[in-house]
Amino acid sequence: MMNDDGDKDSSGKGTDPSVEEEDLPDGHYRLRLYVAGQSPKSLAAIANLNRLCAVHLPGCHSIEVVDLVKNPELAAADQVLAVPTLVRRLPPPIKRIIGTLADVDKVLVGLELRRDDQ
Amino acid sequence: MTSAKSGDGAPHLPKAPTGISGLDAITYGGLPAGRPTLIAGPAGAGKSLFGLTFLVNGANLYGEPGVLISFEEQARDIAANSASLGYDLPGLIDSDKLVIDYVRVERSEIEESGEYDLEGLFVRLGFAIDKVGAKRIVLDTLEALFSGLGDGPILRAELRRLFEWLKERDVTAVITAEKGDDDRLTRHGIEEYISDCVISLDNRVEDQITTRRLRVLKYRGSAHGTNEYPFLIDEGGISVLPITSAGLQHSISNVVVPSGIKGIDAMLGVGGYYCGSSVLVSGTSGTGKTIFAASFVDAACKRGERVIFFSFEESKEQIIRNTRSVGIDLEAHVDAGLLCIEAARPSLFGLEMHLTLMNRTIERMNPSVVVIDPISALRGPVTEVHAMLLRMVDLLKVKSITALFTNLTGLAASDATDHGLSSLMDTWIGLHHLEANGERNNVLYVLKARGMSHSNQIREYQITNSGVDLIEAYVGPAGVLTGTARQAQEAIERDEALQLRQDADRRRREFTAKQAMIERQILEMRAALSEDQLELERINEQIEGRERRIEADRLAMATRRGAAE
Repeated sequence: MMNDDGDKDSSGKGTDPSVEEEDLPDGHYRLRLYVAGQSPKSLAAIANLNRLCAVHLPGCHSIEVVDLVKNPELAAADQVLAVPTLVRRLPPPIKRIIGTLADVDKVLVGLELRRDDQ
Repeated sequence: MTSAKSGDGAPHLPKAPTGISGLDAITYGGLPAGRPTLIAGPAGAGKSLFGLTFLVNGANLYGEPGVLISFEEQARDIAANSASLGYDLPGLIDSDKLVIDYVRVERSEIEESGEYDLEGLFVRLGFAIDKVGAKRIVLDTLEALFSGLGDGPILRAELRRLFEWLKERDVTAVITAEKGDDDRLTRHGIEEYISDCVISLDNRVEDQITTRRLRVLKYRGSAHGTNEYPFLIDEGGISVLPITSAGLQHSISNVVVPSGIKGIDAMLGVGGYYCGSSVLVSGTSGTGKTIFAASFVDAACKRGERVIFFSFEESKEQIIRNTRSVGIDLEAHVDAGLLCIEAARPSLFGLEMHLTLMNRTIERMNPSVVVIDPISALRGPVTEVHAMLLRMVDLLKVKSITALFTNLTGLAASDATDHGLSSLMDTWIGLHHLEANGERNNVLYVLKARGMSHSNQIREYQITNSGVDLIEAYVGPAGVLTGTARQAQEAIERDEALQLRQDADRRRREFTAKQAMIERQILEMRAALSEDQLELERINEQIEGRERRIEADRLAMATRRGAAE
């Protein structure tokens, strides 16, 4: 189920946001998921995000997972309070979705993949 | 971290001093160390400044680095706003004594989907605390989380966990919270999670005058002052006035300080006021209350003592000019740094604020004499004025400062304010105008003087260009005579005295003349007597001569007869 773009970063290594500014096609979704360690909520969020992207954003997304236990200094930059937090860094504007991402409809609304009234 | 004495003598609770002297006095040493304290109050009450002061003093005075988690203001705004208070936040940050983390919680940017926790916040706090080894942390205003994340069971559970976590980290935390409606302490009831220490700030407007007040609602494991204490925010930061920490435990003194007016010293049995006592000079308008006060000030400054003159009616320059006209040079004392004249309109602040301001000036200057001129200018309900003055008197007595209060009274001899004040004062001098014979004359008398005998006389006084002069009293058949009546009476007395003196002189002259005459007579009589004696001796000699001649004749006749026979 895992998307090629997303599974390799769960260790939190190489997550400096400024590094990967390669050319991305329009409509590409750059997502960053902040988690804290290997807690059930973290694991659930990672699984839910991968599943959701495979269905709704096939081939046009990248996922970066940041473990705040290992990189606490990154929490402030994205104004992370709650864990897990999913941040949509592209396309603008920045969007935040907190929670395990269990409610797919709300995630889709949050990522503006679906309008509220649909 | 200093552990201060707790009032009940129980095991000492470690405390983190705030560096706000009044607050540390009320709480017997500061906030509970290693535990969270809630500071609640309405907008603009000074909550954030309290938190910031706690951190800055911790870093500067007590060697405890701190963390400020701000939910409302950016770090650069906080630094800019507090620069006017003399807080160098960038400097503290650079020297690793302070971390400011701005936490932005914007409802519109956050979508919720599924379960979450606030581990992100914990991570940020932990990171900031570890960065400087913080012992103090301020969360300002934590309740912003409620607007950002919604008031749900997750947030409440996480807050509970947060306070436990802060205790485990052994940081002294200050959490600010907005006052709720309907007399609720905080809008979202977070006081239920913080039970160690709760401080409420208030900012009330009464009669268009704002007064900030502080109250320690709760302090688990420690005694604390329970009243509402006024506090002040200005360029000197926060000042809290712990009023009732004064009380009646002050030590007393037998040292006497002269009143600056010779006549009054003479009326008071010990020759002046007791050091550390409270003196009230009350009188109708124009009786020279301020000049009496200035005389006292002048005398104290000439002894080299420091004095603060609080004026509520006249400006500093006005006082200096007006007292110079009676021969008192206050300006010289001001220049010498002995005298501080603080002039403020009473309506500028509330009573509490005046008290707090005066307290701060007194603490800074440490004077031995304080004058408040006049207390009648302080407006407000009688009970509040009375309470404020009581605190003022207590505060001055604790510091052994001799205080002189002036009070403007109505034309009636004494009014309600006077009665209320009387019990506070140790010495009370009343000044009055007496109207008689088409003139007004000034008289004074000592109503009370605790701990000393004092004159019961009503004395007339005059304000001359060399100060206040008391004039010897004349008590006539119809009472005290003053002014021209006294002068007339004195003139009569002077005439009588002159007459008597002239009589005496005449009699003395007559006596001298008589004495001389008699002595002359004695001399004449002596002369006559001695002539009589001479005559007598001459007669005696004649008699003796005759007898010798008769004897000689008889002898010659006998010789002649013998030859014939």
